Amino acid sequence: MKVGVLSLQGDVREHVSALIACGIDPIEVRSESELAEIDALILPGGESTTIAQLSEIFGIYEPIKQRIEAGMPVYGSCAGMILLADSILDAKQGQKTFGGLDITVRRNAFGRQVDSFETDISFDDGSSDLIKAVFIRAPWVERVGVGVQVLASVDSHPVAVRSATLLATSFHPELTADHRIHRYFIEEVAKPALEKVK
Amino acid sequence: MSEVKGTGRVKRGMAEMLKGGVIMDVVNAEQAKIAEDAGAVAVMALERVPADIRAQGGVARMSDPDMIEKIQAAVSIPVMAKARIGHFVEAQVLQSLGVDYIDESEVLTPADYENHIDKWDFTIPFVCGATNLGEALRRINEGAAMIRSKGEAGTGDVSNAMQHMRKIGGEIRRLSSMREDELYVAAKELQAPYELVKEVAQSGKLPVVLFTAGGIATPADAALMMAMGADGVFIGSGIFKSGNPAQRAAACVKATTFWQDAKVVADASRGLGEAMVGINVADLPAPHRLADRGW
Repeated sequence: MKVGVLSLQGDVREHVSALIACGIDPIEVRSESELAEIDALILPGGESTTIAQLSEIFGIYEPIKQRIEAGMPVYGSCAGMILLADSILDAKQGQKTFGGLDITVRRNAFGRQVDSFETDISFDDGSSDLIKAVFIRAPWVERVGVGVQVLASVDSHPVAVRSATLLATSFHPELTADHRIHRYFIEEVAKPALEKVK
Repeated sequence: MSEVKGTGRVKRGMAEMLKGGVIMDVVNAEQAKIAEDAGAVAVMALERVPADIRAQGGVARMSDPDMIEKIQAAVSIPVMAKARIGHFVEAQVLQSLGVDYIDESEVLTPADYENHIDKWDFTIPFVCGATNLGEALRRINEGAAMIRSKGEAGTGDVSNAMQHMRKIGGEIRRLSSMREDELYVAAKELQAPYELVKEVAQSGKLPVVLFTAGGIATPADAALMMAMGADGVFIGSGIFKSGNPAQRAAACVKATTFWQDAKVVADASRGLGEAMVGINVADLPAPHRLADRGW
């Protein structure tokens, strides 16, 4: 499986390292031709406004949107969650997302940087072990649509959700040494989704 | 489930999210919006850009809280603000306003010529300037969660930023090539804590994100800094002291992302109108050089 990391801006390096730790040789994606090489994609943490804008300027906004619609598995953390959401609140005027995940996400819902925090939460992948979750000016999910499953919550706000092909977390597992979420994406989201296509 | 705020991971992680981006100096809400629309990852709210501080002289201080709040209300991207070196009360004020990052900056007039702020005391993360590795590690030891090269702010002359990036990069490469038993003396020479020196020697990089700042005025300047190993770029006077700020801002963002592609940098450089006039650092009398502030 070829997994790409959208490398326009953000914590690309951390996602690349997490994938390498999972035995994947990732591809940094900045262009349409690089996008064409990959089976699955990670949208990193960063500034969602900046990433969306750069993807438009460099002509990969539409191609990514189309690949998502065609069933490419994608995992987005933080800004990546915003970019996967069908609708967003507290957005910059005219801010675009790739969409695909039927959720409404509130940007910076947990507050500014003074409110950023880390905590241990449970993640619904069958393991009862808690996972270290780092929230940085993080969004949360306000509305979950049909076919979207909530995998983790903080104070009753969903912070990890998935559909058949898409996974999104408001927190940053790439900032920790625990690669459970990346493995979950590869084994439980991407692999089954790609099998189906075959 | 206990939530812990202001941890090292949360502070340093915030800077990781800014990587590959451009942080722009703005003096009002209007400029902040232009910066956000151009694709800035954050804005630095300040009363006067460095070029004006330089031209007008006098004591430069923290900005008016009203002005900072207007900028916070105008944009959805992170808002940073500057406190004077050693002025921990200005930093407390900025933290109470909920700014996302504090720049303990040599661009403002220092409040303390011996001590920097004890940054571990704060929930809010700090970025600090450095001209060499020892200075960077001393700031990290005081709790800085992000480092930027100093350059010479407000000049539009990129030569000092270049010198600082080469110096920091060169000193890191030197540490990486040393035997472990040589690191004690290296720490002494760098005037930096041994533990941090050892960490840098092993990892081959700073333990925090390294941006560059000071004198960056064109898309090619921004790309040059990325090629020198910067994780991202601060642009101060370079944008809003130029002929066409919106276009120049967007061009610098493009060049920062695609710094490896000279064609993109070329396209971004076309028809930008006048760059800021600029001052050669060599023509600045030594007492007027901001990069020498901080130690």
